[in-house]
Amino acid sequence: MTSTDAGSTYTSTYSADDPYGSTGADETGRVFTVGGGDWDDVVNAVDPFESERIVINMGPQHPSTHGVLRLILELEGESVARSRLVIGYLHTGIEKNMEFRNWVQAVTFITRCDYLSPLYNELTYCLGVERLLDVEDQIPERVNVIRVLVCELQRIASHCVWIATGGMEIGAITMMLFGLREREEILKILEMITGLRMNHAYIRPGGVAQDLPPGAVDRIREFIPYMYGKVDEWETLLTANPIWLARLKGTGYLDTEACLQLGVTGPLLRASGLPWDLRKEMPYSGYEQYDFDVVTQAAGDNFARYLVRINEIRQSLRIIEQALDKLKPGPVMIEDKKIAWPAQLALGGDGLGNSLDHIRHIMGESMEALIHHFKLVTEGFRVPPGQAYVPVESPRGELGAHVVSDGGTRPYRVHVRDPSFCNLQSVPALTEGGMISDVIASVASIDPVMGGVDR
Amino acid sequence: MTQEQGPKHRDMFGASGFGDTSGFGGLAVREPELASTPKPYGGWFDEATTALEQAFPQFGDAIERVIVHRGELTLFVKREALPGLLQTLRDDPRLRFEHFSGVSGVDYPNDPTGRRLHAVYHLLSMTHRRRLRLEVAVTAEDPHVPSATEIYPGANWHERETWDFFGIIFDGHPALTRIQMPDDWPGHPQRKDYPLGGVPVEYKGAQIPPPDERRSYA
Repeated sequence: MTSTDAGSTYTSTYSADDPYGSTGADETGRVFTVGGGDWDDVVNAVDPFESERIVINMGPQHPSTHGVLRLILELEGESVARSRLVIGYLHTGIEKNMEFRNWVQAVTFITRCDYLSPLYNELTYCLGVERLLDVEDQIPERVNVIRVLVCELQRIASHCVWIATGGMEIGAITMMLFGLREREEILKILEMITGLRMNHAYIRPGGVAQDLPPGAVDRIREFIPYMYGKVDEWETLLTANPIWLARLKGTGYLDTEACLQLGVTGPLLRASGLPWDLRKEMPYSGYEQYDFDVVTQAAGDNFARYLVRINEIRQSLRIIEQALDKLKPGPVMIEDKKIAWPAQLALGGDGLGNSLDHIRHIMGESMEALIHHFKLVTEGFRVPPGQAYVPVESPRGELGAHVVSDGGTRPYRVHVRDPSFCNLQSVPALTEGGMISDVIASVASIDPVMGGVDR
Repeated sequence: MTQEQGPKHRDMFGASGFGDTSGFGGLAVREPELASTPKPYGGWFDEATTALEQAFPQFGDAIERVIVHRGELTLFVKREALPGLLQTLRDDPRLRFEHFSGVSGVDYPNDPTGRRLHAVYHLLSMTHRRRLRLEVAVTAEDPHVPSATEIYPGANWHERETWDFFGIIFDGHPALTRIQMPDDWPGHPQRKDYPLGGVPVEYKGAQIPPPDERRSYA
């Protein structure tokens, strides 16, 4: 802790006689560091009211800031006078790196932005590339259903992490264990489908990397009632819990107008009463065929955001049920061989590889097929020049990739409009004037993912 | 910049100087065009641009080009007209672009007009469920664009990021400082002449150069 004025408060916590004694604030008083000048000037420079403010630096390595987020809080006693955010501690140059990889390889980079919802990053990027390729109509039906299916699973997983970390940050350690336990079930399903627990690179331009493996549908069907039960269990624990209510109700208030001004989307906007959900309002990937409700709350406080997210999990489960029913056999990659990744994956002795039939075809039967495979993998396909922006509704709000092509085999520029980045701008509005203890709950209710904020 | 016209070259992977061994000549690579898309644009674009022309009298001077491509509308705006245009787009009941999705930059070092830095704005009308893109081009020597923070406070961090990565200066921004890179970082990393950096990697006895030195097929 330091004070803002010329002097600094120094409090010794050590006493030779009694190491467990109280701090020595009363004995030492304030210490002023004076580097020359007139003494009257030094005394007059001390504002008796201003000096009551202290600046606290919270983070970036702090367990309650949801990642490497740094908050600079100006406090008057226990209340927050001003709060400012510092980000950039997790900047990894993903956007720049994508400009040096081909269109398919770039998926493995963009998936690492928002690491709690990687499939959404891939989806918005691939939708943008598909729009530039002008192949949006040629995406097979099964691809759209699988994309919806895995994305909604991931939405639940992301909300699980939100309730786990958010709960932990305000002292509900049980919720951390419960949330991560349920998330683990989803990660197992996603690992079964995509091969990876996180950063899947599963959704590719033109389709998905591979079809659902045998048993995946049954596994998801078993998961649905399990998750319904767990959400009910969470609600039994929390919704009427006096501590939970005391921490969340009436704190971190943000109304619809403030949300719109600050560009805030997602559960924060819906918790302020505006039923804005891109899945409903501007559907993509066939979301218009699903029957689900946009969850809203009117209060606009932290508790409203909790209720919105909890009920969104139930709505996601509804969508998953319908997606499983819609799942019809068919191709999982676009038919156009100039775009489709030449992978007919099969489980080989060395893990996952191209099927023996495909290898026989390119190595033994058709020289053209081999050349085609080689060129598509090493060079990649070309995307006509232009720009596209196809946002999706990620667990945190409007996530969009602005994809620019100059006609080459690599993205010319990709910019990710990450909802965490935009929503974090609302922290001063949420916290200023409130208690310092509510800062934690408010930041947690935004559910920022620093990988997406900093990219 | 992106309306299709005659092809630049026609072969499968854009190989030049030798025959395309694949035997396919299907893919045509096209040059971007600088002219506006001719009217009518189709869809809601005509209605919205007409409404904008009426609500914003300087439309003819302010808008350099109107591009409709792949179902998305892009307006190329002169920088001095940007604040007035944004205000009209936000407030006119026929337009109502109340949500500011963000601004980012794109660097075109070979821009034919010499204005290599483009600030690209994405707006969303929640009332009409429409999306609009604005593009403002400036030179690297005079990279000044009026800030949108007065009209859309949410533009604050986006403009800081665009300044950080591209060096576009947003006049009127309350505190235009770097946001992702450290405060004392030299240069603007997302410009095309800024190197990616990297070290060669040895794999099974062979040297693989860093990504920005690998062969590019563009």
